Amino acid sequence: MDILSYVLQQGINGLQLGAVYALIALGYTMVYGVLRLINFAHGDIFMFGAFVAYFLIAKFGIPIYLVFIITMLACAIAGYLIEKIAYKPLRDAPKISLLITAVGVSLFLEYFLSLNAIFTPNYIAFPRPFDVKGYDLSLFTITNVQIIIFIITFVSLFLLYLLIYRTNYGRAMRAVSHDKETAALMGIGIDGIISFTFIVGASLAGVGGILYGIAYPQINVFMGIMPGIKSFIAAVLGGIGIIHGAVIGGLIIGICEVFVSAFLSSTFRDGVIFIILFAVLLFKPSGILGKRIEKV
Amino acid sequence: MKRILLVIAAFILFAAPVFAKDSIKIGLIAPLTGDVKTFGESAKNGFLIAIEEYSKKGRYTIVPVIADDRNDPTEGANAALKLITQDKVFAISGPLTSKVSIPVSDIANSNKVPMITGTATNPKVTVHEGKRKPYVFRACFIDPFQGTVAAGFALKDLKVKTAAVLYDVGNDYSRGLAEYFRTTFTKGGGSIVAYESYQKDDVDFSALITKVQTKKPDVIYLPDYYNKVALIARQIREKGLKSILIGGDGWDSPELLKIAGSSIVGGYFTNHYSPDRKDPVSEAFIKRYREKHRMVPDTFAALSYDATTMLLKAIDSIPSKKQEDIVKYLVNLKNHKGVTGRITFDKNGDAIKSVVLLKVEKDGVRYMTTINP
Repeated sequence: MDILSYVLQQGINGLQLGAVYALIALGYTMVYGVLRLINFAHGDIFMFGAFVAYFLIAKFGIPIYLVFIITMLACAIAGYLIEKIAYKPLRDAPKISLLITAVGVSLFLEYFLSLNAIFTPNYIAFPRPFDVKGYDLSLFTITNVQIIIFIITFVSLFLLYLLIYRTNYGRAMRAVSHDKETAALMGIGIDGIISFTFIVGASLAGVGGILYGIAYPQINVFMGIMPGIKSFIAAVLGGIGIIHGAVIGGLIIGICEVFVSAFLSSTFRDGVIFIILFAVLLFKPSGILGKRIEKV
Repeated sequence: MKRILLVIAAFILFAAPVFAKDSIKIGLIAPLTGDVKTFGESAKNGFLIAIEEYSKKGRYTIVPVIADDRNDPTEGANAALKLITQDKVFAISGPLTSKVSIPVSDIANSNKVPMITGTATNPKVTVHEGKRKPYVFRACFIDPFQGTVAAGFALKDLKVKTAAVLYDVGNDYSRGLAEYFRTTFTKGGGSIVAYESYQKDDVDFSALITKVQTKKPDVIYLPDYYNKVALIARQIREKGLKSILIGGDGWDSPELLKIAGSSIVGGYFTNHYSPDRKDPVSEAFIKRYREKHRMVPDTFAALSYDATTMLLKAIDSIPSKKQEDIVKYLVNLKNHKGVTGRITFDKNGDAIKSVVLLKVEKDGVRYMTTINP
């Protein structure tokens, strides 16, 4: 394998990881946009999605397209409930209370779902709905799993783009994110839009959970922590609150991770990712696509 | 009122010893949930069978106290403290994995509670910086031997020249085995073409495997527990890498084949025991285990049984309930007939035992050969 195809092959590995990060990062960035809240429970919604998909495939043998629909619905409901129960009562509380609540919700989800009666703290093998096949394209090999991940991520992003830039809901969402008070004065139902944002973000995390389960077929209740943090960094890197920033950030983080493992050592991998976070926060807190510094 | 209380007090004081056989609490620390839960389940079965057998003829009533460590060193340390300070156990069987056994052995030793681990193979369990922990014993061999045997087998029997090693950098067991394998393999004339580490929660090994792939190693050594091994093995085969896989006793789980499927078939691993061994003690245990649990006991069941029987034998043989006498008894124990072979402890409290080599096949694990120390 010469150096070019090695780099390309690792690049494909990175894109596979980055695509899933992008899907999760979108939820962080959208919620931040409308609420100025880092929803730490988002990584756990991702885990929840993977578990729902596991039960649907392993226990009920449901066809894969239905798995996607039901999982997205289940995650949407979870996201909606979390917002209504945990965040809405604190809408006027100081931002820090909301942030602490988010950490609490995250820990609650992890440890509640890890009870033996629910998902158990065990490592569970995620059943692949199809066999993995590799296609040799002379310069690099690509697997059907990778192709499926790229297609589904791309389709989800396209639909999200249509939703945000071509519908009234999307317009309202952008208005709320721009200026909540003025948007309310213009007759936009803030609560409804916030719920809607959580629903969309959570369903994308659900899709991410399924794809992650298919790509790396082993799930457990704590699987959302690291991808959650990485995706959060991706959202910050791309410019938190900016939709395409999350996608770019996700892909960059995925590729960085793989390249650090490939050319340095995997022990440095997480360190490098966090250095990126520090660097962004120090030198360009608004992220790659951010134009203005956020007013605090 | 006062008189009634007095009567009750007197009753309890005088009558209690007559009613009950003296009881002793024995603790088991094992991962009943988490990433290696089949280890814990098997060990618990072996532990309880040992106690059940003892109860038929023993001097004491044994009260088992079982604690879950989730294969997490902190959880394990908490469990050990709870067993020792709250439940006041007399001795501990377990833990099973080295990374949990190392902190637990420190706690047991400093509290002077005898502990025998069935399966923790890292040297640091019984010895800390050259100093023996007198209250800690193990019923198995240690990793320098296991890693040496694996490397020797690869060089001599498989006749391979190049090897790659992938290990968990945060796990003493995995790191230790990787190190011993590398040393022996290089000494024996082989070359290690890739020596790569990952972290406990990693699931994406694509970068590492692509890296290893460029070196085309004949064998890949995977010293980790079955769940991680299965995940890595699948990704190795999905990337089209054909190298022979070799591992250690962490592979021994009924789940390994289920999760890894065809990707692990053809792999070899070093282990403590094979159920195919012909021996009356072993056969009796396997028969009893099958009747109770409808499956063949794995290493963790067998060694946990051996560790527990040795503790119980010691408790039954010493004149009074003194924990230091257990230690004296175990030090002098010679050729204890266990399910996994005859057990004698060396000066470090490690059992002197042979390694069994097993091969993973489509329908299960097959015995290959035994290598003596």
